[in-house]
Amino acid sequence: MMDQLMFWLPLVTVLVSAVAGIVIFVAGERHQRLRTWLNIAAALLKLLLVGLIGLLVMAGNVPEFRVALLPGLDLVLRADGLSLLFATLSALLWLVTTIYAIAYLEHSPNRARFFGFFSLCVTSTMGIAMAGNLLTFFIFYELLTLTTWPLVVHTGSAAAIASGRTYLRYTLTGSALFLIGLIWLYGLTGGQDFIAGGSLADLDLNQNWSLKIIFWLLVIGMGVKAALVPLHRWLPLAMVAPAPVSALLHAVAVVKAGAFGLVRLIEDVFGPSLVADLGLGLPLAVLASITIVYGSVLALYQDDIKKRLAFSTVSQVSYITLGVAIGGPVATIGGLIHLVHQGLMKITLFFCAGIFANFLGVKKIEQLDGIGRRLPWTSASFTVGALGMIGLPPISGFISKWYLGAGAVAVGQHWVIGVLVASTLLNAAYFLPLLKRIWLQPPPEQWPAEHRISRLESAAMVGSSITTATVAVAVGLLAGFPLSPLSWVTGIVTEYFP
Amino acid sequence: MTEALLAALVFLPVLGACLLLLAPASWRAAILLVVTVPLPFCLLPLTVLIADAGLFEMALAGHPAPLGIRWRLDALSLLILWLNVSLMILVGLAASARFAPASVEGLRFWPLWLLLAAGIHALLLSADLFNLYVTLELVTLAGIGLIATGGSGAALRAAMRYLLLALMASLLYLLGVGLVYAEAGTLDLYQLGEALEPGLLSATALVLMLAGLLVKSAVFPLHAWLPAAHGNAPGPVSALLSAIVVKVSIYIIWRLWFWTAGDWQLPAPGLLLGLLGGGAILYGSALALVQKRLKMVVAYSTVAQLGYLMLIFPLSNLLAWQAAGYHLVAHGLAKAALFVAAGNILVSLGSDRLRRLAGLDQRLPMDVFTLALASVSLMGLPPSGGFVGKWLFLQAAYEQGAWGWMALIALGGLLAAAYLFRVLALTCFHPRSHGHSTRLREPPTLASLAGLLLALAAIGLGFASAPILGLLEAAWPGAMAP
Repeated sequence: MMDQLMFWLPLVTVLVSAVAGIVIFVAGERHQRLRTWLNIAAALLKLLLVGLIGLLVMAGNVPEFRVALLPGLDLVLRADGLSLLFATLSALLWLVTTIYAIAYLEHSPNRARFFGFFSLCVTSTMGIAMAGNLLTFFIFYELLTLTTWPLVVHTGSAAAIASGRTYLRYTLTGSALFLIGLIWLYGLTGGQDFIAGGSLADLDLNQNWSLKIIFWLLVIGMGVKAALVPLHRWLPLAMVAPAPVSALLHAVAVVKAGAFGLVRLIEDVFGPSLVADLGLGLPLAVLASITIVYGSVLALYQDDIKKRLAFSTVSQVSYITLGVAIGGPVATIGGLIHLVHQGLMKITLFFCAGIFANFLGVKKIEQLDGIGRRLPWTSASFTVGALGMIGLPPISGFISKWYLGAGAVAVGQHWVIGVLVASTLLNAAYFLPLLKRIWLQPPPEQWPAEHRISRLESAAMVGSSITTATVAVAVGLLAGFPLSPLSWVTGIVTEYFP
Repeated sequence: MTEALLAALVFLPVLGACLLLLAPASWRAAILLVVTVPLPFCLLPLTVLIADAGLFEMALAGHPAPLGIRWRLDALSLLILWLNVSLMILVGLAASARFAPASVEGLRFWPLWLLLAAGIHALLLSADLFNLYVTLELVTLAGIGLIATGGSGAALRAAMRYLLLALMASLLYLLGVGLVYAEAGTLDLYQLGEALEPGLLSATALVLMLAGLLVKSAVFPLHAWLPAAHGNAPGPVSALLSAIVVKVSIYIIWRLWFWTAGDWQLPAPGLLLGLLGGGAILYGSALALVQKRLKMVVAYSTVAQLGYLMLIFPLSNLLAWQAAGYHLVAHGLAKAALFVAAGNILVSLGSDRLRRLAGLDQRLPMDVFTLALASVSLMGLPPSGGFVGKWLFLQAAYEQGAWGWMALIALGGLLAAAYLFRVLALTCFHPRSHGHSTRLREPPTLASLAGLLLALAAIGLGFASAPILGLLEAAWPGAMAP
């Protein structure tokens, strides 16, 4: 009985939202109430299942689903500490985003298609979180591309189609290189599961050049989604999607999946020691640093709120890459914890940007003047997110930067401090003017396009943004407690650096 | 018993075709059911037999090989028989909605359909070069007849062009067969290997036969007839032509190459055939990318996808063999699904111009869903049968350090994604998605459902690879020769 549960639980957890998505497709556009309840019920159920897996993992079990796709090639879904971290984040943010999206899209067409793919997208993210080897990861990674493309082009405008095309060009080319790297790696090693500390480290292959090339092929595959410069160009273009999609794309799904993949690649495939031996960490850290600074500089030049947030994502997600690329336990904690923190803060910011646009038609930065008086709660959440990104204590962003800096010093990479300082200054430079406009400027006489929003909808949307902002503060304030993301991550990292 | 089952596979459809012509109109549906439904049940015991014994041979009319004609069933034939029977049933469902058996169109359509099935079954069982010629002619002529049932001027022109090229190809093949008989004194596919010494005459014979077969299977650059023929035939017919008809002639090439000429060392010609395949992948995909009609996109996609089946010649090992076989089956199902869905769309809208398809996902959701699922498999994205095929090809190329082929396969997948996503973007997300064209007839649910089942089967192949790979491993001729 217990064995059966351990076997099927990961698969069921992944498939819950797929089933919901398929029912939504089949039910079609008209059954709005069914769709709404199904969405929320599936999201709650998924959260419950992830919680159950969490309890089992804490009790020392390892739930694992395994089936052979090809002889010798298994599809493995397994819950370890790292997958649980990402799975919890996705399940939680999916629930909030679903509530937000239901309200946001209340009057728009094609909702069945939207929520169907939305659910499938979460299935892929969950599969990425639970993937127990690189092949499984790849399969769900591709599925993620397929299921997010309809969301990106959802509005069907010429700009949306064009940016969807760019998105596919980048991601599919990346995945072709990923696949070649994968085949090469499987050729060298056979199918290896993810193992804390790396499965390649013990093999003693003496194939250093092959391993280096494989590493970079896989980094390109993941880096496209993680928006590493120069592979980031699709991300700002994808901003044409509706706000809930941007929120999900930036906080949990696509960009995070790429970053999560890089973590898996370094910690569980190559292993930190092999990455250090081959000298792969430093170039990757430099690339991540360039991305951090470059993304921030470009963010300065954007006058569209969502575009500025998008370039901010390009910059912030690379903190995760930077942390694991530097190596050493402390920096790795900094990188991994940012996986959670960036998600919470960025989703808050996108929720707020969506509310500004949906309620008042405010899309440009100069239109933000005095919006704090009109939408105080939303503006407060936005402020929390922005200050967290800058790294102001006690909001969670501070903790990430602290660990990154301390970790870099611990392994003697002092230049990273410079990158962090520059990034913090740039973050302040592109966020503080927004806050000044929101709170200190007088409001205009007429908002660009005011829409009538029902009380329930506005409560759902504003409530979502307040929730995520509160959680972002809470995980910062309560970081020292057991069960906080920080202590969870610390537990994971002690496995990598015993 | 086994002999009777094999005979049933061939003669049941022939019998059905004759009865259809003689019986009253109201009986035709029943006749079709009676001759089609038993086919999978004939294959089941044969599958068990092949799994145990690996091979079954029988001499027709009791005359042994050099004089008489043999039938031979092995794992490869069995696999393609299964593919054909599945297609006959599922695509047949879609066709029955279009060509009602009791109608006049039905009387033109279904006898040819059954003859096509009989021809393919006989071809897959035959072990004799001349018998292969006869069955291949049967398949070609039935196919041409089916294209012409489309009735439009374009369909008739395409059928005529196909007919002329196919006749020329048959002559080439027949010439080769004649040379072989003069040289070796036997036409048995599996005994020729010993009787035929490598030499100028036998090489000429092989080249002539190959040339004929390459035309029939529309391998680049001899593909010119295919897009027009497959693009203008009625939907279910295009489905069968692309999914199986062009592949049976590739099947004969495989037989000649790996069985008859199995122990000849032919690296350079093998490379040449592989390069033709590479050319097909690039050229077919590039042209699919610029087509203005949905069915033409799908037809050029066939030109491209056939190229993969030629990669077995340069790669030439067990993994590549499994990859090619898997690709054959997965492409068959996915392409049939695409053509059935495209046919439904064409009938509903009265046009399959891509510009007219905007907003189609709202109006024909099931057919668009079929289109999307089948596309996933064709692009080789996981999880799907197409992905397994691509993975095996890449692995085979990797094992031999053939980086060029690896790059080509990866590029082929990207190009397929490019032309298929173009279609999906135009159908679902076009900016003018509210300018609906006026005419819309809902396609019959049965036809849409048949397409969906085919697409689901193509995706499902991504999960059930073990039995098919087992069959292909058993069929690999390299295992017999040291």
